[in-house]
Amino acid sequence: MASNLARLGEGSRAVVGDIAAAGELRRRLMDLGLTPGAGVECLFAAPSGDPRAYMIRGSVIALRGADAALVALAR
Amino acid sequence: MGLTLRSVGKNAASDAKDDLRSDITVALAGNPNVGKSTVFNALTGLRQHTGNWSGKTVVTARGYYDYKGRTVAVTDIPGAYSLRASSAEEEAARDYIAFGGADLTVVVCDAGALERNLNLALQILELTPNVILAVNLMDEAKKRGIAVDTGALSRVLGVPVIPMAARRGRGVEELRAAIDGFTPPPFAYTVRYGEDVERAAAGLEMALENVLKGRLGARYTALRLLEGDGRALENINGHLGFDVPSHPDVAPALEKARAELNNAGVENISDRLISGIYSAATGLCRECVSGGSGYGEGQLRIDRLLTRKATGIPVMLLLLALIFFITVKGANAPSDWLYALFERIGAVLSQGLAALGVPKAVHDALILGVWRVLSYVVSVMLPPMAIFFPMFTLLEDLGYLPRVAFNLDSGFRKAGACGKQCLTMAMGFGCNAAGVVGCRIIDSKRERLIAVLTNSLVPCNGRFPILIALITMFLVAGSGVGSSLLAALALTGFIILGAGATLAVSRVLSRTILKGEASSPTLELPPFRRPKIGEVVVRSLLDRTLFVLGRAAAVAAPAGLLIWLAANLRVGDTTVLAAVTGALDPVGRFLGLDGVILTAFILGLPANETVIPIIIMAYAASGTFEGYENLDSLRALLTQNGWTWVTALCTGVFTVLHWPCTTTLLTVKKETGSVKWTALAALIPTAAGAILCALIAHILG
Repeated sequence: MASNLARLGEGSRAVVGDIAAAGELRRRLMDLGLTPGAGVECLFAAPSGDPRAYMIRGSVIALRGADAALVALAR
Repeated sequence: MGLTLRSVGKNAASDAKDDLRSDITVALAGNPNVGKSTVFNALTGLRQHTGNWSGKTVVTARGYYDYKGRTVAVTDIPGAYSLRASSAEEEAARDYIAFGGADLTVVVCDAGALERNLNLALQILELTPNVILAVNLMDEAKKRGIAVDTGALSRVLGVPVIPMAARRGRGVEELRAAIDGFTPPPFAYTVRYGEDVERAAAGLEMALENVLKGRLGARYTALRLLEGDGRALENINGHLGFDVPSHPDVAPALEKARAELNNAGVENISDRLISGIYSAATGLCRECVSGGSGYGEGQLRIDRLLTRKATGIPVMLLLLALIFFITVKGANAPSDWLYALFERIGAVLSQGLAALGVPKAVHDALILGVWRVLSYVVSVMLPPMAIFFPMFTLLEDLGYLPRVAFNLDSGFRKAGACGKQCLTMAMGFGCNAAGVVGCRIIDSKRERLIAVLTNSLVPCNGRFPILIALITMFLVAGSGVGSSLLAALALTGFIILGAGATLAVSRVLSRTILKGEASSPTLELPPFRRPKIGEVVVRSLLDRTLFVLGRAAAVAAPAGLLIWLAANLRVGDTTVLAAVTGALDPVGRFLGLDGVILTAFILGLPANETVIPIIIMAYAASGTFEGYENLDSLRALLTQNGWTWVTALCTGVFTVLHWPCTTTLLTVKKETGSVKWTALAALIPTAAGAILCALIAHILG
């Protein structure tokens, strides 16, 4: 089981756990729907492997690896 | 493309309450890329440019329509995911809804991503109950197997919910009727954040009720006070004219509420509020939305093709080259035809002037100066643009541009910049001034400034045809399909040069005067949408055609006169133009150009469209532009004046990399409010171009 969103493999689904980001970024990530308990799926990656595109609450959002790593996955 | 001057130039909307023209004022809110601009256009009949990517509306626009004898003013406010402003646009959206004085707010939602869209809608409902929910893109959602029960949603929320497919005109009449018949709802849905938070908030809400006197929602204000949202509070205080948290009736209640939260063990109230809204949204969707979760298989396959390591970048370059190929191949015939037409009209005008007995000097200035330059600009500039822009707009409407930003983000990250800069570069293709305004979509101030300073490194529509002419005259011989293909590749090369320069300069800026780490941008990749081909073609053709023609008349005509005068007025035994070009010749030669070319770029400051006609006029012995008839005669003239393919290459490089036009510079000044940054916006590309040209000239020349 991947420990954080950046390690979630292409095509895998998971449930969001804690958000390790603080301040502005924390608020922004949660505001996008990355709240604890939300489902998330990694859809595809950019040619360089970073950023990756995630399905979050019906929308496809690209996150850079450094930021996705701050989103822990449940269990 | 992108933002035309039309939409950029629209007056930023002031407060709705100052609007005396209308009977009802409506604020149009919504997440980015939910078709807000389409709804706006459908309601008001205005042609706000729409595109399939987030952040199209960087300026608020206002439009009007009449319904049953009443005038309705609609303000299109910037798209926002949330009112917890993390960008200037979100802040603007929040302040407009809170303090703009609109009678009601229409929240446009994407039926396919209702859960996330409800995040914004529920926050707005906290601010005001006077809301209509327009659930747009119902048709698209249906294709993905998603159905929204708008009736049920309306019953739960207590406000009107209108299903729409605005692109097909569905739901527009219903929305108009709902706006017309709107009355403040007797009850509207309120998000509950749990016993502990509610108990703490209740007392504060009551205290605020008396202080605010209906000027602002007490619940909304109470939650912001508890959250300690500094920026929101600053605005609340500013608009109300007093410091709310320290008001004698509020301060004790606030202290008590905070203590209660503490006792209840609520550590991070902000987290609780965000999670609370999303749980509510999840609950609402469970009740009112059925089917479809996840991404369509076909969509995913296309996305993987467009973003894979092996195919992502090659497909992007191929698409670009293909568009250029069609442009180069298709523009030839109409250019010749237009020029011949202008020649014929010019001959008639010439006879007319002669018949009127106009002095020869005036006749020559008008026909050989003004008319010839105008002919060139229109006939050479217009066809490539009329072909390029509809195709580019199709890609844009399809939703391809955010994928490009996604693919190239790592390059921008390494340069300490934001992948969304790609989107502003794409706007720069159309017009750098529009591109500079478009930089507002970048949240980080530092990264926005980088994007502003580098925008003109992407050649705009005034410079494209210069490149095409140079390529077809000197860099690629012949006129068959093969050479058109080569020409397209060469043009792609110039774009890669501009993009490479953008990355390099961004990198240097990030390490020197604009030091800083890359921020954490989030980029939405919208679902692909089938563009409405007919509409796109007509719209971009008309917009472009009118724009180029207008510009030609406004700038090229006076420029033609000026150049004719400079080429014919004599100082001693030389003309003014010859004196200037002679003085600049050493510098020009050093850059692989010559004095004439450099002078043309300087005189082309108001509009790059005039660069080539100036070059031709200066070379032509009589000081008049003899007309180009075809590119062969033009090549002959240039070759006589010492041009080689290296000259053409250097001129091409300098076309991409030199100072931006005056309109763009004025826009940079306006956006940055700084003479220093404006000067840098001119200096940086010029320095890059000068260095590169000098290198090319000395290695190849």
